[in-house]
Amino acid sequence: MTDSFIILTNQISKYIIPFLLVGIPFYGLIIKKIKVYESFVDGAKDGFDIALRIIPYLVAILVAIGMFRASGAMEMFISLISPILNIIGFPPENVPLAIMRPLSGSGSLGLFTDLVNEYGTDSLFTKIGATMFGSTETTFYVLAVYFGSVGIRKSRHALVAGLIADAVGVIAAVYICKIIFI
Amino acid sequence: MLNYIWFGLIFISVVVGTITGRIDQVTEAAISMSKTAVEIAIGLIGIMALWLGIMKIAEESGLINIIARLIRPITIRLFPDVPSDHPAIGSIVLNMAANMLGLGNAATPLGLKAMKELQSINEQKDTATDAMCTFLAINTSSVQIILPATVVGLMGASSSQIFITTIFATTMSTIAAITSVKFLSRLNRFKIKHDKDLK
Repeated sequence: MTDSFIILTNQISKYIIPFLLVGIPFYGLIIKKIKVYESFVDGAKDGFDIALRIIPYLVAILVAIGMFRASGAMEMFISLISPILNIIGFPPENVPLAIMRPLSGSGSLGLFTDLVNEYGTDSLFTKIGATMFGSTETTFYVLAVYFGSVGIRKSRHALVAGLIADAVGVIAAVYICKIIFI
Repeated sequence: MLNYIWFGLIFISVVVGTITGRIDQVTEAAISMSKTAVEIAIGLIGIMALWLGIMKIAEESGLINIIARLIRPITIRLFPDVPSDHPAIGSIVLNMAANMLGLGNAATPLGLKAMKELQSINEQKDTATDAMCTFLAINTSSVQIILPATVVGLMGASSSQIFITTIFATTMSTIAAITSVKFLSRLNRFKIKHDKDLK
């Protein structure tokens, strides 16, 4: 049952973007009679400004995280925190991904690919990893881009809240997979 | 907070890199990541322009207002400090919808548009408002009902098994995001310090 459901949702998702691209101008031009071409160009102009504005914030975040990974500090941090996470039932195989996830999108995708290659698609570790991947985000990147685009420098409690959400997401991923797949 | 984390990451990297003898890689990473950052930003321009253009049509035709009105009961609770008929609400809703459907390319421009509109009602332009923090926390908790394409690509047929688990975990993380953002905003530490209070 779930198989066909997955296929169906993935099929639907293929048509969402084309539908929006045709549906919104259709509503504007045919129903509301507005100048859709001019509106489009007018809105599109902002794209350039926003992309330029986020550059300094992206450089700051990505450089710091890139250095941290390259120095070997990331591995040390993971091996330091592993024993603590093992106490609460966290499999050591999934610790690197859990730590990497909020920091780096490409890094966490690499770690997930490792899990698939190492343990196969049917192993518990891969399923936990995939669940983690789908239920959390690269918090630091999102924070840098979203706040950077409007020049917010004092982020207040956004980072802490985002990291708490990530932590709850990865822990929930471990427990639900242990309950369902063991 | 971010100041200490940012400095901490760089400081630890240099110290550890010196000890492990990987200082060359650390330097290399700093330079190559600064290039990557610009490439990511430049790569966004086209997609941003496309979605911001489409959004402008949605806005001028009144479509955004209709959507905002439809889910007002939820947004009023999540973003009490944003007027419920404000255009920011429409963009927030569309961004969340794009995230749920796994449309990462569309989600970012819509999210940035929402930030821009939230910024227009922000009195202190360099400080995040409660609404911005709530929006960001929900975003980073990744509300998703369609599995990420990369995961499906790597796992093949087995990916159908993690559908239920992902929904469960992402629901938990979203609940945690909303609860913690609401709780933290009340703490003294995170209160907005107005210019007039500091004088």
